Amino acid sequence: MSTTTTSITAGVKEILSAHPEAKRDSLIPILQEIQEKQGFLSREAVVEVGKALNLPVSKIYGVATFYNQFRFAPQGKYHIQVCRGTACHVKGSAAVLDSLKRELKIDSGETTRDGLFSLEVVACIGACGLAPVINIDGNFHANLTSQKIPGIVNQYRKQG
Amino acid sequence: MVKLTIDGASIEVKKGTTVYQAAKQMGINIPVLCYMNLHHLGIENKPAGCRICVVEIEGRRNLAPSCSTECMEGMVVKTHTVRVINARKTVMELLLSDHPKDCLICSKSGQCDLQEIAQTLGIREIHAVENAAVSTYRKDVSPALNRDMDKCIMCRRCETICNKVQTVGALNAINRGFTAVVAPAFEQDLIDSPCTFCGQCVAVCPTGALTEFDDTRNIMKAIADPTKTVIVQTAPAVRAALGEEFGMEAGTLVTGKLAAALRRIGFDKVFDTDFAADLTIMEEGTELLDRLTKYLGGDKSVKLPILTSCCPAWVNFFETYYPTMLDIPSTARSPQQMFGSVAKTYYADQLGIKREDMVVVSIMPCLAKKYECQRDEFKVNGNPDVDFSISTRELAALIKTYNIDFVSLPDEDFDAPLGESTGAAVIFGATGGVIEAAVRTAYEVFTGKSLPKIDFTELRGLEGIRQATIDFNGTPINIGIAHQLGNARKLLDGIKNGMYNFHAIEIMACPGGCVGGGGQPYHHNDIEIIRKRANAIYEEDRSKPIRVSHENKEVLQLYKEFLGEPYGDLAHELLHTHYVAREMV
Repeated sequence: MSTTTTSITAGVKEILSAHPEAKRDSLIPILQEIQEKQGFLSREAVVEVGKALNLPVSKIYGVATFYNQFRFAPQGKYHIQVCRGTACHVKGSAAVLDSLKRELKIDSGETTRDGLFSLEVVACIGACGLAPVINIDGNFHANLTSQKIPGIVNQYRKQG
Repeated sequence: MVKLTIDGASIEVKKGTTVYQAAKQMGINIPVLCYMNLHHLGIENKPAGCRICVVEIEGRRNLAPSCSTECMEGMVVKTHTVRVINARKTVMELLLSDHPKDCLICSKSGQCDLQEIAQTLGIREIHAVENAAVSTYRKDVSPALNRDMDKCIMCRRCETICNKVQTVGALNAINRGFTAVVAPAFEQDLIDSPCTFCGQCVAVCPTGALTEFDDTRNIMKAIADPTKTVIVQTAPAVRAALGEEFGMEAGTLVTGKLAAALRRIGFDKVFDTDFAADLTIMEEGTELLDRLTKYLGGDKSVKLPILTSCCPAWVNFFETYYPTMLDIPSTARSPQQMFGSVAKTYYADQLGIKREDMVVVSIMPCLAKKYECQRDEFKVNGNPDVDFSISTRELAALIKTYNIDFVSLPDEDFDAPLGESTGAAVIFGATGGVIEAAVRTAYEVFTGKSLPKIDFTELRGLEGIRQATIDFNGTPINIGIAHQLGNARKLLDGIKNGMYNFHAIEIMACPGGCVGGGGQPYHHNDIEIIRKRANAIYEEDRSKPIRVSHENKEVLQLYKEFLGEPYGDLAHELLHTHYVAREMV
């Protein structure tokens, strides 16, 4: 077991120890807490939670993949949220998302191999006036088209 | 009681009855896809997810799913108005919109509930979905079963079977929307999951999403190869079910036709796994008596109860979930593997051929057998004792491919020397059968007397967990029986907690034992079929001249000529195995 695996498992055990006698109805709060502390849900974390709650790991994975909020890879240095709410959809957010996937060569929920970018699809982020909009670590990029995406990505790439 | 009207006729039903069940009682068959009810076995799946079973209820704005709507006093239900039929058609078109349309070459074709309902509803085109993307999920091929999730309609029957009935938890629904499928954790392959390969998910899948790994092509190739001697063994439960694939009534015994068909396919020798079942009793029975005598003599190091080990899905289950109890199951190999081991030593020697030139094929009601025969413990220098294991369904397909008119075949016998069997071996195919066979032999050897009665009806039936005490001439022997892995888990947890005091336990993974195996003809939710198959098995037992394993002449000959003593050194090497803890998530 590598040190990172050990520390992940230790961290999960610590979180779980705060939930003695936890049953399946505490599953989501526990997963949220783990993601908050560790940034994502690792395989080791999901397995540990399964042992503690006496639930099949496939069940926990099923619950976690149902909700957009959970991720299974560490976030990149720059975390890109793509709004797919109604207004953004009408204004062409699907093309924006496609362009991001092409440019970064990852799917939503994934992180680029160099660890620089991660991609997340979110429902409405409450900036409909700016549609279609993406949010990169608190910076909103508004009125996007797919053509604008490579330029924006390169800007962050240059910063490293 | 509740009184209601369905399609103009009134009916009175018990409170809690669903509209679907009430209609069924009246002979009205409402189509269902996700709904599954295997009563007697306590298996029910009703997520009301597919909406194909909707009906019109007077006074309600929306159509109601009949599978999960309870009958109410005075309810007026219509099951096939234009509105209902149009709704069903729309549901079906939506289900088909991203479903592959490769019915011509799908292995489930002709047995597929989705296909059948699409035809019944007269779907001829799928409106307004010209541009809909057809699902392209990664295929998962394991040695025993295949997952083609493009064909999954999210009925979640497999999830219910895997989690609630078998308590294995290998499969669960993941993702949402179009990408939702049923999958193992982290979308890993089945082979890396805790899957036991029991195949019950395949048995209940309404589409071609879950099917067995097809080995028939390899068998045809081996038969066509003149340098290979290809021999075949067939399990007890196969003869009680194969006929169904050819339009025969469930529970029709086709033992003789089965042997004839295998010969016509071109197998060089047609043998019987029942022979190896008798051999299993000699080994497992001797092991049971050995442990029992030591235990009753006060030896505290002896582990009891002894658990049967014929069922490969059960073996996978305890290796995964009870790694600390690996010393209580019998070390006896399953009949399939005992047969392979004897065939590639004793029989290959008799023929004067090398084991590499012999191909052993098994016909099994089971999918886990495919996994079992590939386990390293059952190989010698990489050459497996059993080369290929095919299901009852695959055999039926082979018979059809070879253009054999099964129904008009004459009855033929199995070949010697691995073809003789007793009634005790036949009943291996039904839950309780293995332990009954063991008790028949153990009783006579233990007491030195012949059995006062040969039928132990107290060990039979379809109840999930059964207990019986057999009087061994003054010594009470406590027997436990469980079928379906969830029941096995209850029994094992009970033993762990000291709740039970059994001497011997039989466990089978599938409902009803092997007759309800994952490789048997599809039962389409009709559990009576499994009961009829079990009855056929007991009928064959009654018709056998010899009904105790230790009187099988070919088996006794095998010990005399080759193996030596039951549970002896050579028997240990060839007929016993060991278990390894499996850590799977």
